[in-house]
Amino acid sequence: MLSRTASDLYWMSRYLERAENMARMLDVSYSLSMMPQDGRDGLDEIAMPLLITGTLEDYLGRHGQMHAERMLDFFALAADNPVSIYSCLGAARASAHAVRGRITADMWENINASWLEIRGIAQQGLNRYGMSRFCEWLKERSHLFRGATYGTIMRNDAFRFIRLGTFIERADNTLRLLDARYEMMSIKALDSVDDESAWSYYQWSALLRALSSFEAYTEVYRDAPAARPVAELLLLRADVPRSLRACTDEINRILSVLPGINGRPAQRRVAEMDARLRYTGIDEILEAGLHEWLNAFIASIRELGAAIHTSYLEVV
Amino acid sequence: MSQIFFDEMYDPNGQVRPHYREFARWLAETPEETLAQRRREADLLFHRAGITFTLYGDEQGTERLIPFDIIPRSIPASEWWVVEKGCIQRVKALNLFLADLYHDQRIIKAGVIPADQVLANEQYQLAMQGLDLHRGIYSHISGVDLVRDGDGTFYVLEDNLRTPSGVSYMLEDRKMMMRLFPELFSAQRVLPIDHYPNLLLDTLKSSSPLDNPSVVVMTPGRFNSAYFEHAFLAREMGVELVEGADMFVRDDKVFMRTTDGPQPVDVIYRRLDDAFLDPLAFNPDSMLGVPGLLSAYRAGNVVLANAIGTGVADDKSVYPFVTDMIRFYLDEEPILKNVPTWQCRKPEELSHVLAHLPELVVKETQGSGGYGMLVGPAATREEIDTFRARLKAKPHAYIAQPTLSLSTCPTFVESGIAPRHIDLRPFVLSGRETRVVPGGLTRVALREGSLVVNSSQGGGTKDTWVVED
Repeated sequence: MLSRTASDLYWMSRYLERAENMARMLDVSYSLSMMPQDGRDGLDEIAMPLLITGTLEDYLGRHGQMHAERMLDFFALAADNPVSIYSCLGAARASAHAVRGRITADMWENINASWLEIRGIAQQGLNRYGMSRFCEWLKERSHLFRGATYGTIMRNDAFRFIRLGTFIERADNTLRLLDARYEMMSIKALDSVDDESAWSYYQWSALLRALSSFEAYTEVYRDAPAARPVAELLLLRADVPRSLRACTDEINRILSVLPGINGRPAQRRVAEMDARLRYTGIDEILEAGLHEWLNAFIASIRELGAAIHTSYLEVV
Repeated sequence: MSQIFFDEMYDPNGQVRPHYREFARWLAETPEETLAQRRREADLLFHRAGITFTLYGDEQGTERLIPFDIIPRSIPASEWWVVEKGCIQRVKALNLFLADLYHDQRIIKAGVIPADQVLANEQYQLAMQGLDLHRGIYSHISGVDLVRDGDGTFYVLEDNLRTPSGVSYMLEDRKMMMRLFPELFSAQRVLPIDHYPNLLLDTLKSSSPLDNPSVVVMTPGRFNSAYFEHAFLAREMGVELVEGADMFVRDDKVFMRTTDGPQPVDVIYRRLDDAFLDPLAFNPDSMLGVPGLLSAYRAGNVVLANAIGTGVADDKSVYPFVTDMIRFYLDEEPILKNVPTWQCRKPEELSHVLAHLPELVVKETQGSGGYGMLVGPAATREEIDTFRARLKAKPHAYIAQPTLSLSTCPTFVESGIAPRHIDLRPFVLSGRETRVVPGGLTRVALREGSLVVNSSQGGGTKDTWVVED
C-alpha cells in the first residue's frame, strides 16, 4: 500500500477516535460539573478536558477567564481551535477524502455525513443542540463508522492501518483519562483516603462510564468503584475493549502481520510494551506510583507512534 | 431572434417521440410530490456521497454539487449506433494523426494540413518526436463533445484528448436513477454502462506490452476540481490512486513508495496536464509531477495514458481538419459532421467574423471549460467590443462558429418543467480495440436560453439513456 495512503488511513481513524474520546471526556466532565460542588460552579470539572488535552492555556490566551459555556464551546465546536472535536472530525474527514478511493463507499458516506452534520450543529450552537445530546451523537457517529468499517472493508493492510490508528489513540486516551481522574482524586482524597464517599463513587463511575466500562467493572468486581480495581481494569484486563492491555494486544497483533522488514523497530517496541503489561500486577504499578507509571507509559506510546511513522508512513 | 430548437422529447407537433413514450407516461402518472421528494433525496445522496467538484477562482475551494436533473436524455438505439460509429471513426483518425505527426508527418507532406498549424502549436511536444508507443495509441481515453442542431443532426463540437473528465457523473447519474426510479428500468430496456471501469482497466492494461502491468491513477491531489472522479475511477478499477510525490524514478524506471518498500509502476492513467508531469522536463515549478518521468517514458519503461502531446490534435485550430484526417487516414467519409468553423488567423475569415460577431460563437483555440468564449447572441455590446479588440490583437488565438441551436430536453427548473439546452459527451476507449459504452455524459445549461453547459458555468447533468427501439 502507498505510504501516503497508509498515513491518511491511520490519521483518519486516529482523529476520529480522538474526536470520540474527547466527546467521552466532555461527557464525564459535564455531568460531574452538575454535581453539588464547593462553590466553584463546576468550573474545575469543565476545565478538565482542556487540561487533559493541553489546550487550557490556549483557551485562556484567547478568552481570558474560565467561563463554562465558552470553555465547552471552545473544546467542542470552535473551528479556530485546532484540537476541538469539530477540528478533529474535520481532519478525519479530510484524511478520508484523501483516500476515498481506498475506503468503501459506506465508510466515506458515513464520515462525510458526520462532517456535514457537525457543521449544522456548529451553526445551531451547543446550547441549543444540547451538550449530552452532542456527546451521544458523536459517540454514535463513531460507532457507526466503526461498524461500517468492520462490515464492509477488506481485511487487508488498509484495514490494519485503520485499526492501528484507533488503538494507538485509544491507549493514549485511556491513560490520560485515568491519570487526570486519579490526580483529581488524590488532591481531595489523600487526607481522607475515603474511597467510600459518594463523591469518590461518582468520580470513578463517571470515568468508567466515559470509557464504556462500567458494566464490565460491576461484572468483574461486584463492588463500588475504587482506585485500585478501576486502575487494574483499565490497565491490565485484556477483555475490556478500551483498556490499555486490550489496545497493546491489538497493536502487537496488527504490527506483527504487516509486510516488510521496515517495521522491526515498531514491532519490537510494542512487543516489549505488551510483555510489560502481561507480566505485571496492579500492586507493582501502584507501588511505582500510578501517576509516574502512567506518564512513563504515555511517553512509550508516543515513541511507538513515532516508530510507526518512520517504519511505514514516511518510507522513502 | 427566432430559432427552431430540436427537442429530444417532443416532435415539432408537440407529440412525445416514440422512445420517450414510456417515460412520458410514467412522468404523467407520478405525483408531483413524489417527484419533488425524490429530487430532494437525490440531492442528499449526492451530497452524502461527496460527489462534488471544486470551483476554480473560488477562494474557499468550496465543494459544490453538480445539479442533477431526473429527466433523462434518451436516444433511440438506432440513432446511437451511428453516433457510436462516428465517434470511433473520429478517434481512430485522431490517433493515426498523432502517430503520423510525431513520426513521418505524411499529412503535412500531402498538404492536407499546413505545417505551421501543428508544428508551431504550443501543444506540439518535441519530446514525442520519433517515439514509438505500444499499439501506436496516443489518446487512450477520449471525450467527443456532440450537439444537435435545429434539424436534429449531430455535430461534433470538439474532441477532448488530454484528460477528458465527467465519466464519473455518467456512472453516478445512472446509479442514482436506478436507485430512485427502479420502475423506469423495468418498463424499458436501457443499455447498461456500468462496465465502463472494467473496459477502462482493460484499455489501460492493453496499452502496455507487459502481461499484467501495474496500473495507477495519478491525480494532482484532492484540491483538484475532478478529484472525486480520480478517486472514483481508482476505486472502481481497484488500482492505487497516486500523487506525484508517491512516485519516484530510479534508473529510468518508475516506482511508488509503499509500506512494503518501492513497487514498480507500469501504466499511469494521469489526470494532470503535460506541463505538470515532470518538473525536470516541463514546468520546473510544478510540485505535482515526478522528476525523471519523461526520461522513463522515453525509455519505454512506463506508459502514460493519455500520451504526452495529444493536445495538438484537440486544439480548436486543428479541429477544422479532423474530417480531412478521416478521409486521409481511413479513406472513409466522416460519419459525424463538424461545425463550420472560421479560422481567425486567415485574414478573409477574420473579416467575416468581425462583421458578424453578434451572431457567432467565438472561442479561444486553447481554451476549455467554457472560459474565455463569446456567445454572440447572448452577449452585451461591451462584451462584443472587448472581443473585437482581442480578435484584432491575436487573431490566431481564436476560431468562430455559427451559434448552434443546441437541442433541448425537458428539465426541472424552479417554475416546473421547461426545455433547457443540452450536449453529449461519449467516452471513447482505445486499446486492443476502440470502444464506447452506450451513452455518455449529458450536460444541461440550467439557465433559460443559455447555451453554455459547463459545470463551472452553472451547468447540470442528466442520465443518458440509449433505449432499444
